[in-house]
Amino acid sequence: MIEKRKSWMSLLATSNQSDLLNLWEQKKIRVNYIWLRTPEIGSIMAQGRMGVTGDKFNIGEVTITRCSLKLNCGTIGHSYVQGRSKKKAEISALCDALMQTKMSKEINKNIIIPLEKIKKDNKHKILSKAEATKVDFFTLVRGESD
Amino acid sequence: MYVAVKGGEVAIDNAHSWMSEIRRGDTSIPNITLDQISEQLTLGVDRVMSEGSLYDKDLAALAIKQSRGDLIEAIFLLRAYRTTLTRFSYSKPVNTANMTCLRRISATFKDIPGGQKLGPTFDYTHRLLDFKLLAENESPISPTKKYNDNKMPHVLSFLNQEDLMQNEKDNNLDPIDITREPISYPTSRSARLQALSRGDEGFLLGLAYSTQRGYARNHAFVGELRIGIVDIELYIPELGFEINVAEIILTECETVNQFQGSKIEPPQFTRGYGLVFGQTERKALAMALIDRALRWKELGEDYSGAPAQDEEFVISHCDNIQATGFLEHIKLPHYVDFQSELELIRKIRADAKVNMKR
Repeated sequence: MIEKRKSWMSLLATSNQSDLLNLWEQKKIRVNYIWLRTPEIGSIMAQGRMGVTGDKFNIGEVTITRCSLKLNCGTIGHSYVQGRSKKKAEISALCDALMQTKMSKEINKNIIIPLEKIKKDNKHKILSKAEATKVDFFTLVRGESD
Repeated sequence: MYVAVKGGEVAIDNAHSWMSEIRRGDTSIPNITLDQISEQLTLGVDRVMSEGSLYDKDLAALAIKQSRGDLIEAIFLLRAYRTTLTRFSYSKPVNTANMTCLRRISATFKDIPGGQKLGPTFDYTHRLLDFKLLAENESPISPTKKYNDNKMPHVLSFLNQEDLMQNEKDNNLDPIDITREPISYPTSRSARLQALSRGDEGFLLGLAYSTQRGYARNHAFVGELRIGIVDIELYIPELGFEINVAEIILTECETVNQFQGSKIEPPQFTRGYGLVFGQTERKALAMALIDRALRWKELGEDYSGAPAQDEEFVISHCDNIQATGFLEHIKLPHYVDFQSELELIRKIRADAKVNMKR
């Protein structure tokens, strides 16, 4: 369950805002909920490692919006999403909550799976374009006389 | 002592209003949109995000538009906004070995697992103006090719295996965060890397170039340069597990430099490291060269007095917002300061004249 939840929350967090909004609006899902934490815009500090494997250092910050809400049935949804869209954070938290209810099949089919496909297609596009730029260098032997 | 002035409000408002009008330019030409900036001036956006130290394409595009394309002004706007944000937390360190690479090259090894991929690069172009771009509505589509989902391990890890490369160990040290505490010297490599990652590209470029020309000997090879998308993982305390909260583009550069060895260590290669937001390879490369030059003390090398070896000089001057703030403030009214200078020089001259007559 935790692995699945990690996976959908990650997908929602990194989804393109307009993709998520479009999918959500298309389904016209209406649910009642109360805010536990209204959407809040902030940042996290991204870290790297010196020389790939060494000690940590700070690279810079990334904008993040988070919120938490509770459905009428008592299920709690959280979101931490990339960017500054409060709407994206709200829909993501709703999806997170609904994915834990009996509506999970519907949300999965209409939102999570389409988002997964978009993500997969984007990655496929990058990798296949990059592959087309793969180069085989060969070194020339200098014409040295002996 | 700086003495403030008052007044001039109307003139200032009118100056800003004229600036806004000029920023808009010829109104018969369509207003530039933020989407156009973030989609078509991507490298400018990336530079603003890296030196603004905030990864947010929309805000960087807005800053570029607002600043009329003055990137340092745009960086200033983004840095100022950054300070207003609540810091939620720190991410887990990015795993660049899992990067979805747009570009990945090595200048030290020809045949590398995963292959050399040039990606969307200016390298090997002829630097001739392309008049085809004058024609509007160009939508080029680039070729694709079937790929094997091969991993792309870091090239230098192979040298690690033979112990020919200095291993970068994780000592579990907490990094300094220069946005939370002022830098004091001597400082740590973590503080230096953070400062360099958001440092001014032009300044770093010039300094890195100086090391190549002989000011601090460190002949560098580009062991690997990779640009691509990485996941930013964050621990969510209310859930008790990590999720990917963001996907960002990073440029990573590892240089290979000679190290002559010391009394306790045999000769070995060492690394310079650059890691920067966005597609910013000139900057990442410069950062790696400077990182290596600044490591002289830790590696027991000689201090040759080169600017690139002087961490206080490098770190306290690489921030273009600090630099431009101090530089540009001298344009503001200094009437009282100057008045006192004026009176002083008059008095000194008068005294000197009296002395000369004697």
